[in-house]
Amino acid sequence: MAEMPNLIPALPELFLAGVIMLLLMFGVFQKGGLKDNDEGVYRMVSILAIVALFIAGALLWPSAGPKTLTFADMFITDMFAVFTKGLVIVAGALGILMSRDFMERHHVARFEFPILILFATLGMMLMISANDLISLYMGLEMQSLSLYVMASIQREDNRATEAGLKYFVLGAVASGLLLYGSSLVYGFAGTTNFDALAGLFASNADVPTGLVIGIVFILAGLAFKVSAVPFHMWTPDVYEGAPTPVTAFFAVAPKIAALALFVRVMVGPFGDLIDQWQQIIILISIASMVLGALAAINQRNIKRLMAYSSIGHVGYALVGLAAGTEEGTRGILIYLAIYLVMNVGTFACILCMRKGGRMVEDIDDLAGLGKTNPMLAATIVVFMFSLAGIPPLAGFFGKLYVFLAAVEAGLFVLAIIGVVTSVIGAFYYLRIIKVMYFDDPIDSLDTPIGKELTLVIASTSFIIVLFFVYPTPILAGAATAAASLFAG
Amino acid sequence: MTDFPLLSILTFVPLVGAVLILAFIRDDDPEVEARNARFTALWTSIAVFLVSLVLWFNFDKTTAEFQWVEKVEWMPAFGISYHMGVDGISVLFVLLTTLLVPICILASWEAIKERVKEYMICFLILETFMIGMFSALDMMLFYIFFEAVLIPMFIIIGIWGGKERVYAAFKMFLYTLLGSVLMLIAMLAMYYDAGTTDMTVLLTHTFPSEMQKWMWLAFFASFAIKVPMWPVHTWLPDAHVQAPTAGSVILAGVLLKFGGYGFLRFSLPMMPEASVYFTPLVYTLSVIAVVYTSLVALAQEDMKKLIAYSSIAHMGFVTIGTFTLNVQGVEGAIYQMLSHGVVSAALFLCVGVVYDRMHTRDIDAYGGLVHRMPAYAIAFMVFTMASIGLPGTGGFVGEVLVLVGAFKANSWVAALAMLGVILGAAYMLFLYRRIIFGELTKENLMKIKDMSRREWAIFAPLLIITIWMGVYPVVFLDFMHVSVENLLNQVQTSLAASTSVQMAGQ
Repeated sequence: MAEMPNLIPALPELFLAGVIMLLLMFGVFQKGGLKDNDEGVYRMVSILAIVALFIAGALLWPSAGPKTLTFADMFITDMFAVFTKGLVIVAGALGILMSRDFMERHHVARFEFPILILFATLGMMLMISANDLISLYMGLEMQSLSLYVMASIQREDNRATEAGLKYFVLGAVASGLLLYGSSLVYGFAGTTNFDALAGLFASNADVPTGLVIGIVFILAGLAFKVSAVPFHMWTPDVYEGAPTPVTAFFAVAPKIAALALFVRVMVGPFGDLIDQWQQIIILISIASMVLGALAAINQRNIKRLMAYSSIGHVGYALVGLAAGTEEGTRGILIYLAIYLVMNVGTFACILCMRKGGRMVEDIDDLAGLGKTNPMLAATIVVFMFSLAGIPPLAGFFGKLYVFLAAVEAGLFVLAIIGVVTSVIGAFYYLRIIKVMYFDDPIDSLDTPIGKELTLVIASTSFIIVLFFVYPTPILAGAATAAASLFAG
Repeated sequence: MTDFPLLSILTFVPLVGAVLILAFIRDDDPEVEARNARFTALWTSIAVFLVSLVLWFNFDKTTAEFQWVEKVEWMPAFGISYHMGVDGISVLFVLLTTLLVPICILASWEAIKERVKEYMICFLILETFMIGMFSALDMMLFYIFFEAVLIPMFIIIGIWGGKERVYAAFKMFLYTLLGSVLMLIAMLAMYYDAGTTDMTVLLTHTFPSEMQKWMWLAFFASFAIKVPMWPVHTWLPDAHVQAPTAGSVILAGVLLKFGGYGFLRFSLPMMPEASVYFTPLVYTLSVIAVVYTSLVALAQEDMKKLIAYSSIAHMGFVTIGTFTLNVQGVEGAIYQMLSHGVVSAALFLCVGVVYDRMHTRDIDAYGGLVHRMPAYAIAFMVFTMASIGLPGTGGFVGEVLVLVGAFKANSWVAALAMLGVILGAAYMLFLYRRIIFGELTKENLMKIKDMSRREWAIFAPLLIITIWMGVYPVVFLDFMHVSVENLLNQVQTSLAASTSVQMAGQ
C-alpha cells in the first residue's frame, strides 16, 4: 500500500473541496425543485461560502512556514503561496459579497453562483501551489472552467452568453498552447517537476532550442490568462459582456492567481534561463502598458475602460517579473495586494451605477455625480487617483516598488516607458473625475446603495487612502513571501 | 533625534481641519453650511499661521543644521522614514505658505459660492501637502508631497475655474506629472546607488559623474516644468487664467517655488558636477524666458495672463541666480522667490478684486479706476512697483542680488537679464496705466465700489511685507545666509574632490 501523503499543507484546499460538495448538495435539497425558493437558498449558500472561505484562510496558518512539498512533490506550500492564496481568498469572498445586490435584482440569484466562485478559488489555490506542470494545468483548468460558466451565468442575456463563449474558445486555445509547451518541455527535459527542471538548468549552460520553444508556448498560455498584450483581445469583450459582479471577480482573483503562477514558473524552474525569457517579458510588459494606456482613452463604456486599465496594470506588474529578482517579486506582490483593493473598490462603485432600476455602464452616466451623490463621487475620485498612481494613495506605492526593482535590475528604459505610460493612463482616469465633477448632471443615479456595496466601498477606499500611514504589514508580508521563493 | 514635532503639527493641522469640515459641517441650509465651512477653514489656517510664527522667532540663524527634526521609521524594509526638518533655505517657504493660505481663504470668501465645503477642504489639504513638501527630509516623502499637490490643484482648477477650466486642469496635471515621474526614476536610481532615501545623507553622498548627468536631467524635467522654464511653461498661463483667484495666488505664490526649491535642495548639492556642466543650458533657457515671456506679456489682453507671463520672467531670474553658484546669486534667487511669492500673489488678488465686481479680466474693459477706487489704485501701484523691482520694495532686493551674482558668474547673462527688467517695467506700467488711469468712460464702471474691509484685511499684510522686504532685507537674509554658505561650500568641496580624482586619474 502506498504511503499516505502529508495532508497538512493542502488542508485549505481539501477543506474547500469538501465544503463545495456539501454546499452543492445542501443547495439542491434546500431548493427542493421549487422555483420561488431560489433567493433564500442563494443567500444561505452565499453566507456559508464566505464563512468557508474565511475558515480556508485560517487553515493557511499551519502552512505558513518553510517550504513543504507533498503529493509526490506535485504540491508546494511556502510563504509565497500563503500570501497569494490569502489575496485570492479575500477576492473570492468579496466577489460573493458584492454580487448579492446585482444577482437578486436581475433574477439570477441561483445558489450555484457562490459555489462556482468557490470552485474557481479552489482552482486558483491549486495553481498557486503547483510544483509540477501537470498540477499547474489541472489547477488552471479547474479555475478556467468555472470562470467560463460564470461569464454566462446570466444565460438569457445575449452579451453574457457571447462573452462566455468567447472566453471559452480563446481560453481553450490558450490552454492548448500551455499544454503543448509543457509537452515540449517534457520531451526535451524529461521531467515536469519544477524542482527537477530547476536542477537541470542550474548545471547546464546550453539549452536545447526545442525547450526554449516549449517555454515560449507556456509563456504565451500564461500571458493569455493574465491578459497581457498580445494575448489580450478577449479581455474588453468579456469584461463588457459578463455581468458586472462577475467582471469584478475576473478583474481581480484570476489575475492575481495567474500572475502568481507566472512568477513561480518563471523564477522557479526556469529561473536560470532568465536570459532566454527576460526579453519576452520586457516586450509584453511594454506592449501591455502602452496598449492599456492608449486604448482606454477612447472608451465610452466604463467596463471596457477597466478592461484596458487592467491590461495596463498587468504590464506594470510584469515590470517586476522582468527584473527577475527578489525585489521584483516583492514589488509584484505588493502591487497585487494593492491592485486587489483598488479594483474591488472601483467595481463596487460601478455596481452602484443604476438608473431607473437598470444598470448603466457609460462613463457619461456619471455626469454630475459630484453634485447628486457626493460621497460616492468622492470615493471614485480616490480610486481613480489611486489607479493613476498619484501619491499619497496606495496605487502609487504599488508602482513605486516594481519600478524600484526595475531600476535596481538596470532596466531603465522599461522603467521610463512605464512611468510615461502611467502619465498617459492618468488622462483617462482624470476624465472620469472630470465627468463627475466638471460636467453638469443629466439625471442622477439610483439611491440607496446596497449595504454590502457600501461596506465594500467604504472599507476599500479607507485602505487606499490610509495605506501610507501604516504600510508595514503588506510590505513585510510581501518581503517574506518573495524571500521564500528565492530561498532555493 | 526628535525635537518637538512642530513641523508635523503645521503639516497635519490643516488636514485635521479638512476632516472636521468633511465630518461635522452639515446643515440643511446651504448658506449656514457654507459659512461654517468658511470659518472653520479660516480659523484653522490662521491657527497654523500663528503656530508657524514659532519658526520665525525661534529659528537658530547661526547654524546650517536642520532644525525641528523629526524622524520615525516608516517603511523600514526600504529604509524610508518619516523625516522632517527645516533649514535656512526652507523655513521661509514654510512661512510663506502659512501666510498665503489664510489670505487665499479670505479672498475666496465671496467669490466661491458653490460647493464651498469641498473648496475649503481642498485648500486645507493643499496646505498640508505644501508645508509637508518644504519640510520633508526624506526623498520619498518629498516626492509624495510634491506630486500629491496635483490632486487638490486639479480639482480646484477643474471645479471652480473659468470657462476653459477642464483643458487647463488637464494640461497642468499631465504636464507636471510627466516631469515628476521622470524625477521618480532618478530618485530610485539615487536610492539604489546610495542605499538610502534620507536627504541629509544624500546631501553628502557623491554620485558617479556620468550618473549625475542623467539624474540631473530627470530632476530638471520635473523642476523646469514646475518653475516653469521656457519652453515648458505653456501650462502656466492656461492654469492661471482658468483658476479661481485663490488658486492663482497659491499657484504663483507657492507652487512655482517648488521647482526653485528643488534645484536648491537636490540639483545643486547632490549633483554639483552635473549642475556646473549644465549651467549654460540653464542660463540660455532662463535668458530666453526672461526676454521672450516679457515680450509676450506686453501683448496680452487678459490681466491674469499678463501677470502669468510676468511670473515666468521673474522665475527666470530665480533660475539664473540659483546656478550662479555664488552667495549673492543664490540668496538673490531665494529672496526673489519669496518676494515674488508675495507680490505675484498680491497682483492676482488685485485682479480678483476687480474680477469679482465686473466678471471680466479684459484689460480693455477697465480704465480710469483711480476715480472710483483710490485705495485700490494705491495698493495696486505698490505691487506693480514691487513687480518692476523698484527700490524700496521686495522685488528690488532679489533682482539686484541675482544680477550681482550673475555679473560675477557671466556678464553676458547679466546684461541680457537686465533687458528683462526694462521690459518688466514696460508691461507692468502699461497694464497699470490702462486699468487705473485715463478717463472713466465705461458705463458699467461708474458704480464700481472701492475695496471692502475684508479686502483691506487681505492686502494689508502683503503690503507691509512687500515694503518691509524692500526696506530692511537683512531680517530675511539672515535666515538663509548660513545655510546658503553651507550649501555652496558643499558644492565647491565635492567639485574640488571630483577634479582631484580626475587629476589623479590622468
